[in-house]
Amino acid sequence: MDTTTPKSGAPHDRLIHGLAADLKPVRPLPPPFKRALIWLGFVLAAGLILSLIADLPPIGRRLMATPDMWLAMTGSILTAILAAIAAFKLSLPDSPRAWAWLPLPAAVLWIAASGLGGLRGFILPETYVAPLSETMECLAIILALSVPFSALLFAMLRQAFPLLPGLTAVIAGLAVAAASATLLNLFHPFDAAAVDLLVHAFAVALVVVASRAVGARAFAPANFSQPA
Amino acid sequence: MGRPNMFAISDCAALPPAAFPYSAGAAGAMVMASPRMMRSRPRMATAEPQKPNADDMRRSAWMAAAQAGDRTAYETLLRDCVPIIRSVARRQGVMGDYVDDVVQEVLLTIHRARQTYDPGRSFTAWLRVIAERRAIDLLRQTGRRGAREVHAPLAFENYADASADPTGGLDRADDAGTIGQALASLPARQREAVQYLVIEEQSLAEASALTRRSKVSLKVNLHRALKALRGARERKG
Repeated sequence: MDTTTPKSGAPHDRLIHGLAADLKPVRPLPPPFKRALIWLGFVLAAGLILSLIADLPPIGRRLMATPDMWLAMTGSILTAILAAIAAFKLSLPDSPRAWAWLPLPAAVLWIAASGLGGLRGFILPETYVAPLSETMECLAIILALSVPFSALLFAMLRQAFPLLPGLTAVIAGLAVAAASATLLNLFHPFDAAAVDLLVHAFAVALVVVASRAVGARAFAPANFSQPA
Repeated sequence: MGRPNMFAISDCAALPPAAFPYSAGAAGAMVMASPRMMRSRPRMATAEPQKPNADDMRRSAWMAAAQAGDRTAYETLLRDCVPIIRSVARRQGVMGDYVDDVVQEVLLTIHRARQTYDPGRSFTAWLRVIAERRAIDLLRQTGRRGAREVHAPLAFENYADASADPTGGLDRADDAGTIGQALASLPARQREAVQYLVIEEQSLAEASALTRRSKVSLKVNLHRALKALRGARERKG
C-alpha cells in the first residue's frame, strides 16, 4: 500500500503521532438495523419472560373488546422499533439528523389511540376507573422496565460516537419508554381511562427527559478545551 | 460475531496538554468569539454523496488498514485529512487559529469513532460530515463564550495579581536547584519516567513507545520518583 507521508499535517504532528501510537485494532460496528434488532430482541425476551407471570387470557379479551387499546399497543410497538432504529442511526457521527423523524408517525398513532381511550370514561360512564394507587403501579412498572432497557441501549449506543448527543438520547428515551409502555399491557388489568393515561404520559415523559439528561452527558463528545 | 472493541483513548486526558498547541482554551482567560472569527452563519451538516475517486479509495483503504491496527497507514491518513478538515472548517466560517482547533477535534473524533466507519462507504464524505459538525460545535461554543466574556487585553494585562509574590522567583529558582539535584540522584528508570511524562509532557502511550516499557511500569516509576522528589523538597524545607 502506498503510504507516502504528505507534509500538510506538520503543525499537528504531535497529536497525530500520539493517536497513531495509541492505535489498537477495532472491529467495524454492525449496521444500525442489526444493532437495533439485538436490543429489540432483548426487549422481546423480557416480554416473553414477563408473559409467563402475566394473566394472558383477560388481556387478550380486553384488547379484542377495545380497538383503541390494540391500536395504541400497535403504535407503541412500532414506536419502540422505529425509535430504536433511529437512535442507532443517529449514534453514528455522520448520520443525518432527519432520522429523528422516523418514529414520528408511529408515535402519533400511539398518542392518538391512547387519547381516544382517555375519552372512554366520558362516552361509557360504566367504565371502571382505576384509583390513583393502581395507576401509580403503572408508573412504577414503566420506570422499573425502563432501567434495564435504558442501560443496555445506552451501552450499545456508546459503542458508536454520536455527534448529536442530545437528539440521540431523546430518541433512545422514546424507544425505551415505548417498549416499557408496551410491556405494561401485560400487567394492566383494567381499561385505560383519562387519569390512567395521564399517568402513562407522565411516565413516558419522565423516561424521555431522564434519558436526555443522562444521555447528553454520556454521549457528549469532548468540548473545545484543554484536557484536564 | 463478537462484541466490537471500544475505542482506545477513552478521553482526552490520555494526551498531554502540550499535544493541543492550538486549543482555544490555551489562548488565555480572555478568549472571545470576535466577529472576525465567524464569517457566516454555520450551515447544517449534510452527508453529500460523492463519487469515489482515487484519493477517496486510497483514504478508505488506509482507514480499513487503521481499523486492523496498521499505525503507518493511520498516521498517513490523519496527515492527509488535515487539509480537507481545514477547507471544511473555513467553508463553515471558522477563521484564524480556530481552524486548527477544529482540526484537532476532528482528528480526535476520527480516533474515537473509527469503529463506526464502514469501509464500503466513502471515507471523504464521512470525514466531511464530521468536520462540518465539529466546526459548527466550535462556532456555537465560542459564540456562547463571547456572549459572556469581553475582549479586553489591556485590562487583563493591567490587572494586579493579589497572589503575586515578588520573592517567588528566587524561591522557585532555589527549589529548581534542589529538585534538579534530587532528580539527578534518582534511579535511571525513575528519571526516565519523569523526563518523558513530566518534563516533555508526553502521553503514557508515547512514552511507552519511546522507552519500550509498559505503561504500568512508567506509572509506577513516576509515582516513586515524585515521592522521592517530594521527600527531598520537604527535607530541604
